[in-house]
Amino acid sequence: MATAYTPGLKVAARTRHRVRRMLPIAGEVLVGQGAVVAARDVIARAAMPGDLTPMNVASLLGAQPADVPEFMLRREGERVELNEVIARTRGIFGMFKAECRAKASGTIESISAATGQVIIRGPSLPVEVRAYLAGKVVEPIPEEGVVIEADVALVQGIFGIGGEAFGTIRLACARPDEPLQEELLRPEMAGQIVVGGGRVGVQALRKAREIGVAAVVSGGLDDSDLREFLGYDLGVAITGSEQVGLTLVITEGFGEIAMAERTYRLLRSLEGHEASANGATQIRAGVMRPEVIVPLPSGSDGRGAPPESSGAGLLEIGTPVRIVRDPHFGLIGRVSALPEQPYVLGSGSKARVLEVRFDSGEAVVVPRANVELIEE
Amino acid sequence: MGDPRTIRVVVATDCGSTTTKAILIEEQEGVFRQTHRGEAPTTVEAPFADVTIGVINAVTELQELSGRRLVDDEGRIIRPARMENGRPIGCDIYISTSSAGGGLQMMVAGVVREMTAASAKRAALGAGAIVMDTIASNDRRRPHEQIQRIRELRPDMILVSGGTDGGDMKKVVEIAELIAPARPQPRFGGKYELPVIFAGNRDAASAVRDALAVPGIALSVVDNLRPTLEQENLGPARDRIHDVFLEHVMAHAPGYDRLMAWTDAPIMPTPGAVGDILQTIARRRGINAVGVDIGGATTDVFSVFSHEGAPVFNRTVSANLGMSYSISNVCAEAGLDAIMRWVHLPMDDRELRNRVKNKMIRPTTIPQTVEALVFEQAVAREALRLAYQQHKEFATTLSGVQQQRTVGDTFSQSSGGRTIVDSMALDLLVASGGVLSHAPRPAQTALMLIDSFEPEGFTTLAKDSIFMMPHLGVLASVHERAAMEVFERDCLVHLGTCIAPRGEGREGKPCLSCRIEPVAGANGAADDGSGAAFSGEIPWGELRRIPLAEGQEASARVEPVRGVDVGAGPGKPVERRVRGGAAGIVIDTRGRPLRLPEERSARCAAVARWMKEIGAID
Repeated sequence: MATAYTPGLKVAARTRHRVRRMLPIAGEVLVGQGAVVAARDVIARAAMPGDLTPMNVASLLGAQPADVPEFMLRREGERVELNEVIARTRGIFGMFKAECRAKASGTIESISAATGQVIIRGPSLPVEVRAYLAGKVVEPIPEEGVVIEADVALVQGIFGIGGEAFGTIRLACARPDEPLQEELLRPEMAGQIVVGGGRVGVQALRKAREIGVAAVVSGGLDDSDLREFLGYDLGVAITGSEQVGLTLVITEGFGEIAMAERTYRLLRSLEGHEASANGATQIRAGVMRPEVIVPLPSGSDGRGAPPESSGAGLLEIGTPVRIVRDPHFGLIGRVSALPEQPYVLGSGSKARVLEVRFDSGEAVVVPRANVELIEE
Repeated sequence: MGDPRTIRVVVATDCGSTTTKAILIEEQEGVFRQTHRGEAPTTVEAPFADVTIGVINAVTELQELSGRRLVDDEGRIIRPARMENGRPIGCDIYISTSSAGGGLQMMVAGVVREMTAASAKRAALGAGAIVMDTIASNDRRRPHEQIQRIRELRPDMILVSGGTDGGDMKKVVEIAELIAPARPQPRFGGKYELPVIFAGNRDAASAVRDALAVPGIALSVVDNLRPTLEQENLGPARDRIHDVFLEHVMAHAPGYDRLMAWTDAPIMPTPGAVGDILQTIARRRGINAVGVDIGGATTDVFSVFSHEGAPVFNRTVSANLGMSYSISNVCAEAGLDAIMRWVHLPMDDRELRNRVKNKMIRPTTIPQTVEALVFEQAVAREALRLAYQQHKEFATTLSGVQQQRTVGDTFSQSSGGRTIVDSMALDLLVASGGVLSHAPRPAQTALMLIDSFEPEGFTTLAKDSIFMMPHLGVLASVHERAAMEVFERDCLVHLGTCIAPRGEGREGKPCLSCRIEPVAGANGAADDGSGAAFSGEIPWGELRRIPLAEGQEASARVEPVRGVDVGAGPGKPVERRVRGGAAGIVIDTRGRPLRLPEERSARCAAVARWMKEIGAID
């Protein structure tokens, strides 16, 4: 069998895409089945229970825990204001009364006679969920959220930082291998999703942040630049919550590497379109990759685009692949042989391999685990 | 479950996060052997969402390889084992472990971080859980910060301890009062009741019940895991964790209700089963043992050390020390310089940093060149060293079950206790995990273990051939003899024995003299000449390999110079039987703690010399 499956990142000019937009806790869903929503629309809302402030009223009053309920001036469920007196001892002959003031505004959640602890719950915190994908609501989930569907152009990156961002796609680099330098960033790129080419450095990222760019998409990044931009060394690839002033999507990997030609061409063809981007990356169970999504009008035949494939493809002779590990990291070629038998690598390990032939005619043998499929 | 005496054929599976591994164990001529293995992708997640599909696929592979029909037409495992139409079918028992869906994730809480909270953490880790956080009254977080943390976590269950029996109740009830309104969200969604186990001051149980009598929490109360300051009693809490794991957590995972009905012994969390088999081995052989499993995201270390006459078990999980997902974190924690000291080849810093990150974002890639392999093994040394260090700090006195202490000891332990991990007393070090078990040369595995664990005295080194220890852990609960026989014959691949003196000496100065004589025909193995006799002096600063093949044994007499200890005390000779393996006998006089030359070229030369000597490189 001269074929094998290997994962690849999705880069599609047109695909039917679904996103599930959920509240962290039960709340209110604001849109119904069939509603057409814009990316920035709020589609669901909830009130998160407020922060809790525990107070050891017994020790504040110098009283026994068992006496605390009796000394409380407010009961469970009642509202209190910051610094309001909420408990008072009887004192001696009505004198020397000890008082306890609320450390926060809110409602009394609980009063414990066992520990003398009183817990105040602060005002609830509103949580809103935006549509993120401009499209049609195909499945409302009562009290939880919705599923939105649209025909989109989709570019998955390999790694990103920062959360959801919205803006118009704008090209900064003229070629996919052109590094994204700071001088290529201009003030009118504020609020836009800027597409670079090759490696982006920390100076360019800082400039982009200064300008107010919504998101930067480029081929490669040096680890040292990432560390400098974040202010710390990223230990585990679980990102998305960074507050660094912009969203970053890296399409290929770390180092001096050009954006894949096909990805670059697709993004170039979408210049001027409104898009959504997300840098959130999670590389453990339930893999999540960063992405740029551009909603497209439905197909002229009314049937729309084909549903999204799983991203896994068949590896066979002639399949275009990218090598994703040194010593040939980043090089692109076509599969020219798929030997059956395990092969002894330079490292001494035995592994199943394939042969990749580059445009130059040169061919190399690499482990199958070290290539990624490029969809055509 | 049948009578152990009637068991002849066993099927065991381990449902991991990505792969379900099945093994077939059969009694052959009165001895249990592992005969075949099969594997298939785990099917807990969509689109399958049923763990039993992966189990049946893995068992079907076993069936094809063994020629024994194990799965019937309805897709069930056939029992008992018998002959049908002249062909063997079925098995006598089917058992399983599971770490699918991220394993068992717990939060623990106690009053004093170093006392009850530490005991609670030990109980959870010993049961095979990942401890997401430990909340304690003195953990330096303010109560509202603790509540915030509880709210953010999505544990499978919470273990609350605190207070000795008859002691102060207030603090432990306060902890329960924090958990109730925090309303932690369980991982399995809204309808799941979050199990909370209370194993604290028994007098506080009713107040804790009142505090936690809120919707969405299912409380159970067990015996205090720290009934007195001097005593730890982890058994009841640990058993309850296993019960809750089965009743609540597993029952909510896709397909586990069916899987639980199939198995003939309760499903165990994978690391819990590994801990059990290690304890069984240590008990039966009367030895001290350490097991390590280094994965892509985490490194687990298990140890059993005899302390005051009783074996004490400990397990730690170093959550972000691993070889793929967490490789970048190993570099951040250890520092690139610490990793590079194990690399004898010239490499560029910037490129290495990028390589590390590229491995993190593409975790399934494998090293193709010698340079890449040397670097990965250098990272592994540091990950193992850090994980072992964390283990030593955690495995302190007053751990394990029912230990008696004086109150004086208790006060001296308030700052954390002394470690019971004694490298000189360690007899067996077992390695598992891709970077160790799939290293191209066994000598590389042996050297990684020696460099990171720094064993002292006489230590047998081995690797778990196909990560079979989880299966054997469950089997031991049903049929201990079968588990032990398979462990000895099929599970362990012996790498050899490391002999190392404690202490340091100047390079080239006399350290010890040694005489090694292979014992002909030991363990039934023929003396094929692959073990060479050796007699001579070895100075400080060396790593010397004396070949002795797997299955062979030798008699070793080591006489250290004055003041140097190889196990019997300073200057005293030791004579012992040692086991061979692919790496043979390794005499390591590089000193403990192991220090590498400061100067770069001298260090590279030394590292290359050691690697060559042991056969890790040509």
